[in-house]
Amino acid sequence: MSVLREAGARVDATGPGFRPDRAPAGGAGRPAAGVAAPAAQVRSWDPQAHPVPTGREEAWRFTPLRPLRALINGQEPDGKIDISVSAPAGVEVEQLPTDSPRVGRVLTPADRVAAFATERATGALAVTVPAEQDLAEPVVVRLRGDGGVCYGHVVVEVGPFARATVVLDHTGTATYSGNVEVHVGHGASVAFVSLQDWEDDAIHAGAHAFSLGRDARLRVTHVTLGGRLVRLCPTVDYRGPGGDAELAGLFFTDAGQHQEHRLLVTHTERGCRSRVTYKGALQGAEAHAVWIGDVVIGPDAVGTDTYEINRNLVLTDGARADSVPNLEILTGEVVGAGHASATGRFDDEALFYLMSRGIPADEARRLVVRGFFSEVLDRVEVPALRERVLAAVDDELAAVGA
Amino acid sequence: MKVTYPVSTLEIRNLHVSVETDGEGPREILRGVDLTVRTGETHAIMGPNGSGKSTLSYSIAGHPKYTVTEGSILLDGEDVLAMSVDARARVGIFLAMQYPVEVPGVSVSNFLRTSATAVRGEAPKLRLWVKEVKEAMATLGMDPSFADRGVNEGFSGGEKKRHEILQMTLLKPRFAILDETDSGLDVDALRVVSDGINAVRAAGNTGTLLITHYTRILRYVRPDFVHVMAGGRIVDSGGPELAATLEETGYDRYVKAEAAA
Repeated sequence: MSVLREAGARVDATGPGFRPDRAPAGGAGRPAAGVAAPAAQVRSWDPQAHPVPTGREEAWRFTPLRPLRALINGQEPDGKIDISVSAPAGVEVEQLPTDSPRVGRVLTPADRVAAFATERATGALAVTVPAEQDLAEPVVVRLRGDGGVCYGHVVVEVGPFARATVVLDHTGTATYSGNVEVHVGHGASVAFVSLQDWEDDAIHAGAHAFSLGRDARLRVTHVTLGGRLVRLCPTVDYRGPGGDAELAGLFFTDAGQHQEHRLLVTHTERGCRSRVTYKGALQGAEAHAVWIGDVVIGPDAVGTDTYEINRNLVLTDGARADSVPNLEILTGEVVGAGHASATGRFDDEALFYLMSRGIPADEARRLVVRGFFSEVLDRVEVPALRERVLAAVDDELAAVGA
Repeated sequence: MKVTYPVSTLEIRNLHVSVETDGEGPREILRGVDLTVRTGETHAIMGPNGSGKSTLSYSIAGHPKYTVTEGSILLDGEDVLAMSVDARARVGIFLAMQYPVEVPGVSVSNFLRTSATAVRGEAPKLRLWVKEVKEAMATLGMDPSFADRGVNEGFSGGEKKRHEILQMTLLKPRFAILDETDSGLDVDALRVVSDGINAVRAAGNTGTLLITHYTRILRYVRPDFVHVMAGGRIVDSGGPELAATLEETGYDRYVKAEAAA
């Protein structure tokens, strides 16, 4: 049984027992009976309840652990992230203590890094869009790292029938562990963008948990460009029937970078839909991209419609992409369930075709890569952001002297 | 009023071309091709499969898979072989491909404009450009929605060929090589595509190299010269009457002669 149903969520959340490990009798937050979430055996807010990863675990086998050591050990913060928020009228922005009942409604950490992120954070930033608000402008949360180890927690709550775009914009450098919880209320529609535009030496781990109320609609876009190591773990769960979640990602992995996106979509409700589309370009020695797409369709989730795809474009020798889709279906009545994964070299025939029309090699290459990303980028409905990402992609291509 | 342009000449001399084969080293496909094409002329190059027709097309366009081991290609005396693929297009060489390549996510309209900008040396004025594209598409019987699709993405065989001739219409090349443009077309599509080719030819500033296995397209696009390729060489040349003879006799005698040589 899923405890956090839309109608009861706000009431339940105010009482104790919301966090399962603090009041085990409640049982909330555990995966629904019969659904074996493949990505996490332990779910707890207590960092010590999670094993220290050795690198042999399924969840960690692709990840270089050394750069993450400070975050795995929960080293005391010695750095700082400047946070500024621009939000249109009607949006409430506040700072909550991390033990507030409003923290932990959507997320239950699946590893030590996520558990420490909230424990070590000095507070949680809460962005609340009241019911039926239709925001004309996006809410933009700018997180600028100024070096050192730091932790953070962001809570986004969008009320019933509201419509909002929320952007998290990560720049600068830090060794940063940041949890994000987004709840989309009944019938609401949310576009959420997380941009990882870090400097080259940043380390970023993040658990991004999304939940959808009845008939809610969510569009998530992850854009990962910078960082030495970025490991994002988005999860989606549904708290009423009729939810519709689309997650998309764009990453450009350069020499020496490790960029990892591990997704878990858990269908426990009837008639929900999910689409997962992550596309990456890789270039340079030791460029390493990881995409894991887990989808679980529980026994009660009849009428589920899901499809996930990861495509990688390898631009040079020496880059490596790991791509693992997993689909677990525990009901016989799905509308659709599928996945695909393809990693390919840059298409030299496409390059020849464009060049044979007079287009110089560097411009032709840019066209092909922009075209490859367009499926993801066209969804970002913030023009300034789209332009910025396009410009960054062009810069990445120019850097290799293509 | 008929505008007269200075005549340009594409001169292919003793062209030898090899391709790398899987494990067997380079294999020579063209073994000394000689051919001169002037703007305003249409040359049909016919021949059986494997005679080297497509290799000749790709070699002129500069596909990296083909290595020129001997000979020359000159455009008004300029060394085409020394030019990059895009530079060749900018001096006016155009290859309509037998199998046009998909470029997912790049719209036809973006592609055409980028290409026209590169070939013309400046971006066409937007208003005039939109009109120009619209008219060219209408002539080729293409729906306006075509411009929003990804380049060759999910195109039918006929749509791909129309798209190639659309590019030829807009780029107005000095030399157009049409590599089996007739393949995969039904009779109606063949007529529309041929009309498109003829419209470019009628301007008088394009030399056309029509590469085909069959004589059918030559009923719509009348060549001035017909050449027969076999075994990587041009083994016979004549006027349009040679096409009629080929229709009767086929390529057998050329193939046998090459095999005996």
